[in-house]
Amino acid sequence: MVSGVAVITDTGKVRRVLADVPDPEIPCVSVLDLGIVRAIDAGRVVITPTYSGCPATLAIEQAIRTALDNNGFGDVAIITTLSPPWTTDWITEEGREKLRAYGIAPPPKGANAASLKNAQAAECPRCGSSNTEEISRFGSTPCKALWRCKACAEPFDRFKCH
Amino acid sequence: MAKALPPLAVCALRLGDDALICGQRLSEWCGHAPALEVDLSLANVALDQIGQATHFLGLAGEIEGKSRDADALAFKRDVMDFTNCLLVEQPNGDFAQTIARLFLFSHYQELLYAALAVSKHERFAAIAAKAVKETAYHATLASDWVIRLGDGTDESRARMTAGLDWMWRFADELFEADEADAALGVDKAALKPAWDQRLDAVLADAALERPASRRPVLGGRKGRHSEHLGHLLSEMQFLQRAYPGATW
Ligand SMILES: [Zn+2]
Repeated sequence: MVSGVAVITDTGKVRRVLADVPDPEIPCVSVLDLGIVRAIDAGRVVITPTYSGCPATLAIEQAIRTALDNNGFGDVAIITTLSPPWTTDWITEEGREKLRAYGIAPPPKGANAASLKNAQAAECPRCGSSNTEEISRFGSTPCKALWRCKACAEPFDRFKCH
Repeated sequence: MAKALPPLAVCALRLGDDALICGQRLSEWCGHAPALEVDLSLANVALDQIGQATHFLGLAGEIEGKSRDADALAFKRDVMDFTNCLLVEQPNGDFAQTIARLFLFSHYQELLYAALAVSKHERFAAIAAKAVKETAYHATLASDWVIRLGDGTDESRARMTAGLDWMWRFADELFEADEADAALGVDKAALKPAWDQRLDAVLADAALERPASRRPVLGGRKGRHSEHLGHLLSEMQFLQRAYPGATW
């Protein structure tokens, strides 16, 4: 049995455990891909919610707890912080690729992209066309908007810029 | 009783109550909206608001220090202890009236959160900095619909006009400030010019007249509510009233 202190200093291993914890609403990406995990240090994992009212927040915390417990990190505490607020810019490049492959257009990056007035056209995750239009700014979950591709005629989700 | 609370707890409670009642009202549209996209929009806005309410009510409970959490504050207070503005408790009416209410409220809320996000009170600032991004979406949604309905058919225009006319009397209360607001350090009255400017710009796009000023209706911050809030609470609090302390 490894002592608690020795276990919790192994941040690399904790990171690998978290890399296998999927987001409950978009299981193609992990909590690391989404940038929800803000820090892994001295016996704690710091996470931040995506949206104030995200119904997955509790499920995410429980999934992380279970994964840590199952891998011998029962001593590691999970701390939730609101500040600084989560932004879609924290979604990793790998995460953005996974979203695209899953059929969800990843959000544009940067502060200008976040401007609601100048929303750039989304790229269709199916055919790659930029000839697309927004159908509804609010989609099936708080983080997604509903779009339609005018080239291949398929509807698709776009991760909302936030 | 709200009166016995420390000023910052009063502020957190007001912010939480505004968001909670706004969210509860909007959730009444779930499954009833005129189109699927509208249903999704209003349910999403309601969800954001209830999430914001959870954070602010939780903070109010912490500042109060009497072991009341967000759920206790939402489900175990009676109508006189609610401190939301009268605007958010107004009935949904038709779709245009709901949009009018969201239009007035979300622009105010976005401006207020933006000011709070740079407040010296870190806990308030953290919640507001997160929530302001969500509320910007709400204000855009409401503005788009005001334009669409105002600049639409004769019928939609008449309904949008009537909705705004009804809700306008509750706008002054949003910018009312007292000693509790002074403790928070955000000057609500100073938000009014920016709010006026935003609304006027949208109304111009919608080819709608700004409703005439009328005698403001006040009292929500002190617990003096319209009869509508009691009915809203009887539904929202049903479970805790029928089965006190129920958990699952
Ligand atoms: Zn396509």
